Amino acid sequence: MNRDEALVLIKDVLTDVVPGADTAALAPDENFRDNLEMDSLDFLNFIEALSERTGLALPESDYPALNTLDGCADYVASRTSVK
Amino acid sequence: MADFTMPSLGADMDEGTLVEWLVGPGDAVTKGDVVAVVETAKSTIEVECFDSGTVGALLVEPGTTVPVGTRMAVIDSGAEPPAPAPAPAPAPAPAKPTVPTSELQAAPGHTTTPGGDAVSTPLVRHLAEQKGIDLSSVHGSGKGGRITRSDVEHTPAEGPHRVKASPLARRLARSSGVDLSALRGTGRGGTIRADDVRAVSAGPPSRTVESREPARPSSATAEPAYPARAAIAALVSRANREIPHYYLSTTIDLAVAMAWMRDRNASRPVAERLVPAALLLKSVALAARQVPELNGYWKDEAFVPSPAVRLGVAVSLRGGGLVAPALADADTMPLPELMAALKGLVSRARSGRLRASETADPTLTVTNLGDQGVEAVFGVIYPPQVALVGLGCVTERPVAVDGMLTVHPTVTATLAADHRASDGTTGARLLTAIDRLLQRPEEL
Repeated sequence: MNRDEALVLIKDVLTDVVPGADTAALAPDENFRDNLEMDSLDFLNFIEALSERTGLALPESDYPALNTLDGCADYVASRTSVK
Repeated sequence: MADFTMPSLGADMDEGTLVEWLVGPGDAVTKGDVVAVVETAKSTIEVECFDSGTVGALLVEPGTTVPVGTRMAVIDSGAEPPAPAPAPAPAPAPAKPTVPTSELQAAPGHTTTPGGDAVSTPLVRHLAEQKGIDLSSVHGSGKGGRITRSDVEHTPAEGPHRVKASPLARRLARSSGVDLSALRGTGRGGTIRADDVRAVSAGPPSRTVESREPARPSSATAEPAYPARAAIAALVSRANREIPHYYLSTTIDLAVAMAWMRDRNASRPVAERLVPAALLLKSVALAARQVPELNGYWKDEAFVPSPAVRLGVAVSLRGGGLVAPALADADTMPLPELMAALKGLVSRARSGRLRASETADPTLTVTNLGDQGVEAVFGVIYPPQVALVGLGCVTERPVAVDGMLTVHPTVTATLAADHRASDGTTGARLLTAIDRLLQRPEEL
């Protein structure tokens, strides 16, 4: 998966987890947990869906890297093989 | 034979409106199945049935408001299928006269009149409901103008004359000036639901920075945009008027609990991971069992302890508002189950579809504002409960350990309690019990 594909998928997952989330208005380096007022369960739902869609384990220790669109896209793109 | 009745979905509920049936006559149901959707003053709730069997007659039509305890359907527990067209018993508070088919010939006056109510059986009504057909617009070809199953089956399902909408949707539409006939309903049979009205009256509930501006002044009406707000307003006003609150606060060291949770989560897939809130809720539930003086209700000038712990969990709703559904038996539920139950509860609360069993009155409520970043919350007790536990965010703070200063994750737990029912020493026991329990996370 390249970075652009990863970004589309991440926004898609965010919209699923936070109905009505305006992902287009999110800055790439902005903490979306704060911006979208996600609580810990929302974030866990996001991680769970992202893990399902990418097949990545997403250990808890990596959560801090997964707070922004940039962070998520880099993380997913660098860990999924190009098909 | 068992009756399915309008359940009490909260101490302050006297009546409810049937929004829709999710089953029809002849359907097999199992105890715990969601069979109907009921709307209260506060929310829309999915109601489970408490018997297994076959659905017999449906006695109440969607859109009808009936008192708690009213028979709404008959469930035949025997194996035999119900009669093809069971004659319904008269509904206790029917919106319109319902005539059993067997009496039709003896009641010639009750034929279909233009614009009047159509004569039909529950089965036919159910079919019409499913197809989104307004029965009053259907010509009955049966005896005495009775609408038959085939009449309904041959009626095109488009263009109902009357707009089908839930009562909450109608109320919202009235208060926000939305024309219901211009809306497309997403409910069963095209019924317009409250969410459909909110979608057009407020735009999508966008949660970006921009949308955090003060709530839109909805055409400056005195009526609250969300009827649920009025229910919350009434409840907290009563709480502050009637309950002499006292408040306690303590900061709990979570180093052990967080390390244990991190270890445990590291070896598990995302779906089985815990969040700190699960540990905190479980410890509050166990503490409530240890300090029964705070777990129960204030009724008739006396405290009535509850033998079970039903932990209320205050859930903030997207777009504003608050509900506090209950986790039944939170004290005896293993942590992974409690975590799963919590996830389901919060997501159903936010989608506006709680289960009836989750609206049973909690015996003690927890409000967790940790995710909003505040350190402590001193809450308002939900009557008739006598205590409310508040949890702030889990945050790193300097703590003294063995005479040395170090930094640990901590949480500030607070208690708001009813001074009529308990004193500070009892409240203190609850908070110290929570602290003690969190020092042995493996036993939670």
